[in-house]
Amino acid sequence: MAENKSVIGTKNKKGQTYTDTWQLMNEAPRTPSFYTGSEVIKEALRRASCDVMIAYPITPQSEAAALIGELFAEGYIGDYFRGESEFAVMSQCAGAAFGGARVFTTTAGPGTMRAMENFPMWAGARLPIQMIVTCRGINSPLSIQPDTLEIAYLLNTGMLVWHAETAQDFFDWILKGYMVSEEPDVHLPLALCCDGFFVTHTKDVVNLTPADMCLPPYDPYRSPVPCMDMECPPVRMMRDPFIMKSNYISYATHASWQQEVWAAVERSRKHTIKWLNGLIETENADADVLIVASGTAVSQGREAIRLLEDEGMRVGLVKVKALRPWPGEEIREATKNAKHIFVPEFNVTGWLAKEIKASIPNSERVHAGPRVCGGMTMPPEIIVQEIKTALGMKSMSLAGRGS
Amino acid sequence: MSKERIKIAPEMYDIMPPEYQDLVNRATYGKEDRGWKDIGTTKELIEEHSLCAGCPESMAFRYILASLPAPEDTVMVGSTGCTSLVFPMVAVHNIHSLFGNQNAIASGLKRALSVRFPGKVKDVVVLAGDGATVDIGLDMTLQAWFRQEKFTTICFDNELYANTGGQESGLMQKGFVAKMAPVGKQFDKVRLPEIARESGCHYVVQCTVSKPSLIEKVVRNAVLVARELGPTYLQLYTPCILEIGKNSMEGLQEMRDSEKPTERFAYKEFVSEPAKQFLAELAAKDKERKAASKQLAGSTQEA
Ligand SMILES: Cc1ncc(C[n+]2csc(CCOP(=O)(O)OP(=O)(O)O)c2C)c(N)n1
Ligand code: SF4
Ligand SMILES: [Mg+2]
Repeated sequence: MAENKSVIGTKNKKGQTYTDTWQLMNEAPRTPSFYTGSEVIKEALRRASCDVMIAYPITPQSEAAALIGELFAEGYIGDYFRGESEFAVMSQCAGAAFGGARVFTTTAGPGTMRAMENFPMWAGARLPIQMIVTCRGINSPLSIQPDTLEIAYLLNTGMLVWHAETAQDFFDWILKGYMVSEEPDVHLPLALCCDGFFVTHTKDVVNLTPADMCLPPYDPYRSPVPCMDMECPPVRMMRDPFIMKSNYISYATHASWQQEVWAAVERSRKHTIKWLNGLIETENADADVLIVASGTAVSQGREAIRLLEDEGMRVGLVKVKALRPWPGEEIREATKNAKHIFVPEFNVTGWLAKEIKASIPNSERVHAGPRVCGGMTMPPEIIVQEIKTALGMKSMSLAGRGS
Repeated sequence: MSKERIKIAPEMYDIMPPEYQDLVNRATYGKEDRGWKDIGTTKELIEEHSLCAGCPESMAFRYILASLPAPEDTVMVGSTGCTSLVFPMVAVHNIHSLFGNQNAIASGLKRALSVRFPGKVKDVVVLAGDGATVDIGLDMTLQAWFRQEKFTTICFDNELYANTGGQESGLMQKGFVAKMAPVGKQFDKVRLPEIARESGCHYVVQCTVSKPSLIEKVVRNAVLVARELGPTYLQLYTPCILEIGKNSMEGLQEMRDSEKPTERFAYKEFVSEPAKQFLAELAAKDKERKAASKQLAGSTQEA
């Protein structure tokens, strides 16, 4: 059976050195590079010691998925193919993970929804698959534009869910994500989300780790459930299959397994805090007015804060990085002095605001907005306006700008 | 998997369940020429099952498990349905995940095993109902064949959705009155064996499970051809005696009646040219091996 420790310092067939992940992420030199988000995904995968990647085209992740195909052609990935639909792809990913592979895939919007039946299955089967979700609209009429509604559907699947703000987050979190997902006391899939186009199709300076260093390989024998490769004794899984049984033991078994999956999400907390340096990040959290956001809404929030600063108003920021595990306590602590909490979101329902309201006392402090959807952009000015309106301050009408 | 892996530490021997002790002592992992004749004299790779009494699926399961050429390196993939009542008691690794996605699971699994164990035998065998194979999972069944995935697909064709109470399925006969087909099924039984041939399967057989020796032969061929060449497909009639109103003892007769040359489960076989050649070479090697062992037995007798 593979022993990870023994491979550190040795080279893979591409000449990359298996490097201790902590050292790779925190100590190895970084090179600033000007890349699109899609190219950044490819560069992360180059360093991820990934066994199997399965692809299916859907905007805005198609480019990244195709670029990873190039990596396969170069010999960096064990196997790669295009599946026939997202439902099939997510099942193919499951099959590969059941067989002990480190697995990667990407999807978006309608693809996420098409594949949905697989996600609670992944979590229940304890498969540490990593799925990039480059969020886009899911409603009819068809839209390819950025919209984060699909994340709301992922929150109750039992998957870990992280929401990246920038391409730099993406690069780091893809690699760190495997470290959290593959911990024996976690062993759960990760949905690593970003806002489509804003992150995938814009260029940014990203600090990359050396291309000749890569993650240690996945060791499937550290899994809390047996790897399906016939290399360990085939246990008889149960006396009777529980599925059809209407009795207390059957119910109790199903109930306790669901509880165990969510307990594993909880246990991921300490690992996530270690690797992401906390589930949230704060700036000026002692201010009376706070913006709490995830994804690119954080960047827009930063701009709004700068505009308000110019007018002499101090506003703090909470960047929510992990949605599962949910940083309830951190948000409670960070918002404890805030009189007003604004939650800008790129979706129509405001799922993040709802989560926050359910986690903090005096939830009437939460203003669930501004919200844009269907591909609308969120200029910082509308955040400024939302804040000023709520506080009863005079604000310039946006339509009058420049006239 | 080496047989060493399943051995019990002597200190632990007495606390292990008797069926596990039996598996270690008398199962046929790694045995050459394993087959249906081992049933009754060795430990079977199935413990017990909760299918209806006399359900032909249970016979099919026993014959298939006895006939896998390398169970110690075989992973099976199931689907939701009556078969999922059996898999938890089967002594080869097996995966149940969702209803209908079995060939997608198997595609990912086979590729992962090929990446992780290059040059080693790791067989993948799908076993699912007709609803799973032909209706809800048809796209994944066919796409795995188009892609020439190297695993065997076995369909337990009971011509209906047994597990949910006997609804119409694509493999049901035209005119059959069932739940959700209140005035009789309106279209023909889907011709999946022909579709399998056209979709690139190298070895396709349709038959009933009335004869264990036949099941042994077709399972062995299907697994070995899939290992070397590409996808293979077996469609086995395992009548749902419960839903067609038969008694426990009547399953065998139902299969015998349906496999007559003019009936819908008459033996049908399609073999690709490369598979024909491969099977011929295999048969020649088998013959050689048998002759050699006969000779060996003869010479030891003489001595
Ligand atoms: C997505 C989904 N749809 C429907 C079902 C309900 N379901 C479970 S088993 C089954 C029928 C199985 O029929 P078949 O594949 O022919 O197997 P059999 O029980 O006849 O052996 C159905 C419809 C399900 N489990 N999942
Ligand atoms: S319902 Fe039909 S197929 Fe299922 S176990 Fe009973 S007889 Fe067999
Ligand atoms: Mg059926």
